Amino acid sequence: MNGVLALEQILNGLQFGVMLFLITAGLTLTFGIMNLVNLAHGILYMLGAYFCASLTVATGSFVGAVILASAATVLVGIVIELLTLKRLYARNHLDQVLATFGVVLFFNELVRIIWGPASIYSSVPPALSGQVELIPGLLYPAYRLVIIGVGLVAAAALVLLINFSKLGMLIRAGASNRIMVSAIGVNIDLLNTLVFGLGAAFAALAGAIAGPILTVESGMGNDMLILALVVIVIGGIGSIKGAFIASLLVGLIDTFGRTMLRPLFELFMTKAAANSAGPAVASMLIYLAMALVLFFRPQGLFPPRTR
Amino acid sequence: MRKLSYILCALGIAVLFCVPAVTEVADMSYYLDFTTRVVIFAMAAVSLDLILGYGGMVSFGHAAFLGVGGYAVGILSYYGITDGFIHFGVAILASALVALFIGMLSVRTIGVYFIMITLAFSQMLYYLAISVNTYGGDDGLSVRGASVFAGVVDLADRDQLYYASLAILLGMLLICYRLIGSRFGMVLRGIKSDERRMIAIGYSPFRYKLLAFVISGVMCGIAGALLANQTLFISPAIMHWSRSGEIMVMAILGGISTLFGSVIGAGLYLGLEETLSRFTPHWQVLLGPLLVVVVLFARNGVLSLIVPRRAKTRHG
Repeated sequence: MNGVLALEQILNGLQFGVMLFLITAGLTLTFGIMNLVNLAHGILYMLGAYFCASLTVATGSFVGAVILASAATVLVGIVIELLTLKRLYARNHLDQVLATFGVVLFFNELVRIIWGPASIYSSVPPALSGQVELIPGLLYPAYRLVIIGVGLVAAAALVLLINFSKLGMLIRAGASNRIMVSAIGVNIDLLNTLVFGLGAAFAALAGAIAGPILTVESGMGNDMLILALVVIVIGGIGSIKGAFIASLLVGLIDTFGRTMLRPLFELFMTKAAANSAGPAVASMLIYLAMALVLFFRPQGLFPPRTR
Repeated sequence: MRKLSYILCALGIAVLFCVPAVTEVADMSYYLDFTTRVVIFAMAAVSLDLILGYGGMVSFGHAAFLGVGGYAVGILSYYGITDGFIHFGVAILASALVALFIGMLSVRTIGVYFIMITLAFSQMLYYLAISVNTYGGDDGLSVRGASVFAGVVDLADRDQLYYASLAILLGMLLICYRLIGSRFGMVLRGIKSDERRMIAIGYSPFRYKLLAFVISGVMCGIAGALLANQTLFISPAIMHWSRSGEIMVMAILGGISTLFGSVIGAGLYLGLEETLSRFTPHWQVLLGPLLVVVVLFARNGVLSLIVPRRAKTRHG
């Protein structure tokens, strides 16, 4: 593997990582603050992608569609929160898993009813469809660079919001002791809904910008949700910093696993064996990483300081 | 109240015994397949209820064992071996070993971490099954021959498969009832309600939880082997995490820590799937909200609406 290829893989890993972070951010907040195992978070990502694909056709503007899709998804998310999730905060994890599983079934099927069972393919907006020569010999799709950029900006905005704003202060306070926060006069229900809406916006943004490079289909949120849960557990539940670092880590591990394991195995295996073992181990790699983290450091790599 | 639940159990078993005869007479062999499926998934749900309801271990990766048992049968018959004793022997051994391995790494963790680590391992097995092309990979593997026990019991015969499954389910229920009433079960339940106290009085939770996890895994593995015999097909989809979710739904629908409730839960879930899918191909749109309603309003499962619980139990 030469330097150019390595750099390309690093960029691919980063792009996957920031996407994961956008999804994970909301999930880790609801997990950390409301102590809610929310399997339904993946559908917000899916809805973002569907809304964006339809709105791009309707409005003709990709950027406008991304913004509108995020807003629409936030609305749907808040409705979900008010109708079901709100009643689950005080329940045990088992009830939460079951009820949110029901929500997932509902929306995956609803999407199939509205948009049909076939996958939707949308194209990268023309202005971004070109390639950029980053260093001599490395052409990289401009759109993927934009995703990395958007992801990093969103991450920075979130860190600023959490660490330096009044709302962020309340969110952090809620994470460490929600009863105390409500005792000093903060409307904790409203705060929960706000946090959930914030998480929904990030997940929808991820879905919207991922639409053009992935296929938009029912159930697309499920696999992302599982990956997001892996990220949260590796990073430490409730920690934005942990989620960010773990997202990039998972993105890089996955990308490098898929490209490097096969040649690596060929060093000591037959080509046929390496061809089947390489992808097998590669797709298990992040789960292996998570199992290792859970075994040696059950609280995650960067657990939140409070608690 | 206990008397009522005994009567209901006996009635249920009697009904289950009559199913092949009734479907034969009424010429509805389809329903025999359906009931067999219910019985097999009931095993999976009971096996989950054993560790979930009595050990407080919320395994979100139990479908992995269905896959291990199923693939044991599928791979053996791929090589022309159809001896039932070998099929089920390997299925039991393989699921025990897998459960031992997963259990050793996971039962030390608690709460949501246990949910996640079991999920992680089942995902690993799922991707492993997808990528091994020799055994069909993503497309799955046709089971070339059902299990035959010494030329007498042939699971390719639908009646025999049904009665074998029913007998195994009843055996499992009996073993589970004996188990939870035994010293082992007492310790397990003690660990569920207060692990620290159990350590203080000198028990090592790890060994008890691990053993329960292995027993549960083996039971689910047997269900997987039977499922492969029924469908004569096995694919990675059987290990998908949503399948684990379904098993969990079955166990919870009937009410956890009831064992027999899991059987009802399995029947209810598959029955709902069956009836709703007859009205609309989009039956999940109806099932989803129904699950939410059950969680929000029938907290101890549907069984609690018929047979009131004796005492309020604490859930982990």
